[in-house]
Amino acid sequence: MNKNTLSAENRTKTLLSVVLGIICVIYVLPVLAVVINSFKLNTYVKSDTFAIPTGEMYAGFSNFIKGMTFGNYPFWKSVAFSAFITIVSTALILLFTSMAAWYIARVNSKFCKTIYYLCVFSMVVPFQMVMYTLSKTADTLKLNTPWTIPIVYLGFGAGLAIFMFVGFVKSIPIEIEEAASIDGCGPLRTYFSVVFPMLKPTMISVGILEIMWVWNDYLLPYLVLDINEYRTIPIHIQYLKGSYGTVDLGATMALILLSIIPVIIFYLACQKHIIKGVAAGAVKG
Amino acid sequence: MKGIFKNPLRRWSWLFMGPIVAAFAIGFVWPFIQGIYLSFCKFRLIRDAQFNGVDNYIAAFADETFTHSFWYTALFAIVSLVLINVLAFTVAYLLTQGLKGSNLFRTVFFMPNLIGGIVLGYIWSMIFDGILSRYNTSILLETKYGFWGLIILMCWQQVGYMMIIYIAGLQAVPEDMLEAAKIDGATKSQTLFRVTIPNVMPSITICTFLSLTNGFKLFDQNLALTAGQPFIIQPDGTTIKTTEMLALNIYNTFYGSSSTSPGVAQAKAVIFFILVAGLGLAQLAFTRKREVQQ
Repeated sequence: MNKNTLSAENRTKTLLSVVLGIICVIYVLPVLAVVINSFKLNTYVKSDTFAIPTGEMYAGFSNFIKGMTFGNYPFWKSVAFSAFITIVSTALILLFTSMAAWYIARVNSKFCKTIYYLCVFSMVVPFQMVMYTLSKTADTLKLNTPWTIPIVYLGFGAGLAIFMFVGFVKSIPIEIEEAASIDGCGPLRTYFSVVFPMLKPTMISVGILEIMWVWNDYLLPYLVLDINEYRTIPIHIQYLKGSYGTVDLGATMALILLSIIPVIIFYLACQKHIIKGVAAGAVKG
Repeated sequence: MKGIFKNPLRRWSWLFMGPIVAAFAIGFVWPFIQGIYLSFCKFRLIRDAQFNGVDNYIAAFADETFTHSFWYTALFAIVSLVLINVLAFTVAYLLTQGLKGSNLFRTVFFMPNLIGGIVLGYIWSMIFDGILSRYNTSILLETKYGFWGLIILMCWQQVGYMMIIYIAGLQAVPEDMLEAAKIDGATKSQTLFRVTIPNVMPSITICTFLSLTNGFKLFDQNLALTAGQPFIIQPDGTTIKTTEMLALNIYNTFYGSSSTSPGVAQAKAVIFFILVAGLGLAQLAFTRKREVQQ
């Protein structure tokens, strides 16, 4: 290859980088729009959506202060409920599905196979299919509070987690566990001190998928929880727009900004794991 | 060897399997079975359910709002499938060419995926109304704005996701094949269409099915962006929500203000389940077939 074509290729590459860079800037504009509008007085949000808030448009932090008690419900409470439900549900799912997956992969009885195929089957069932009966069942069993809803998440979300864990356990050589049992480890100790540490990569992938699902989930908690008492962030934001004729858009944008800041920090901090986890979860569809 | 190991584990089955079986029964198996049963029943409260054969299914298919939402959803799913996959593949292809800043671009394109559907809907409804209000209209006033608005929203959210899968596929294309094509004098586009694309077929299958089922199952974004508006009132009194998709139609049949029979809604949900599960199984069959070929 001569020098000319090489530099021509370099030039196209630089040009492409510039084009992609511009697209990236356009890509983050919606988020920027949220930022600027959260500092704008409500009346200007609709008429001057893309203007930088200056002069009489500038609202300071009043939108954030207003947003805190907006919709007759303190915002910090929905943040706390969202965080609690997400953390507890994810922890329950990780612990119990990995234990079950190990049992399924190693015992492999008829019962295990039935449970496994039911789990795979549950992955193709859309939520609308079970939403009515699930919310009634949850009511009957008193699973309709933030403290108990993780059990519902454990049941409805088990499919994907078990599928991913079983796939991984099958790739671990059984000899390691056999060595542990010969050395006198019971099943419980074998699981927690030998198997559990080896599952770490899949734990991270499954954990990230579950966190993203539960944190952003709207319909399941909306149908299961008593929303006058308990709201998660998506329910809170939907409620603002759904139930009031005229919404304070500035304050809504302030709340949206507050709710996506933790998500973006989480993303930037664990980007590698998130992208890997998402790719792993997508393979089965 | 296996025998020694297996038996003690079986004695612990209550601990390893107990919690998951109980939760799975509550969270999935029982609601699913009850859901199938109730779709053949007439009821207002579950305890008064009375069997009435396939009446609910007949009512569901006769419901114009349901058939409308089906065709609207199908059109949406196909348009979004094509756009999302073409854009995602293009971006993934460019990002695997060793451009400067590829990592940064990948980070930015993937970012919208982490924002929940409801929040996404409100962000975009503000943006679209900010633009459309200059022309004295709104996304809630015209069906075509609602449709393309949702397409733009979904592209913004999903392109980054599909891009990740495509990048993984593209990086797995054997280097020596590309090298061989280069030595044989293939042009860039020949290499792309004859070598690269056939090698990433598994990723293409996954992504097309994923975007198709995502399109069919879409709910949060639909609810937050337009919630079915604008409405058209038919001469016979039924209200067609023109931008209402299947999942939202089922939801409204269950819980909407004009909801009369949860049995019909449950029948719609079963039809919806068969549709989505059918797509899932088709994907499985398709992927299997490719695996055999390779």
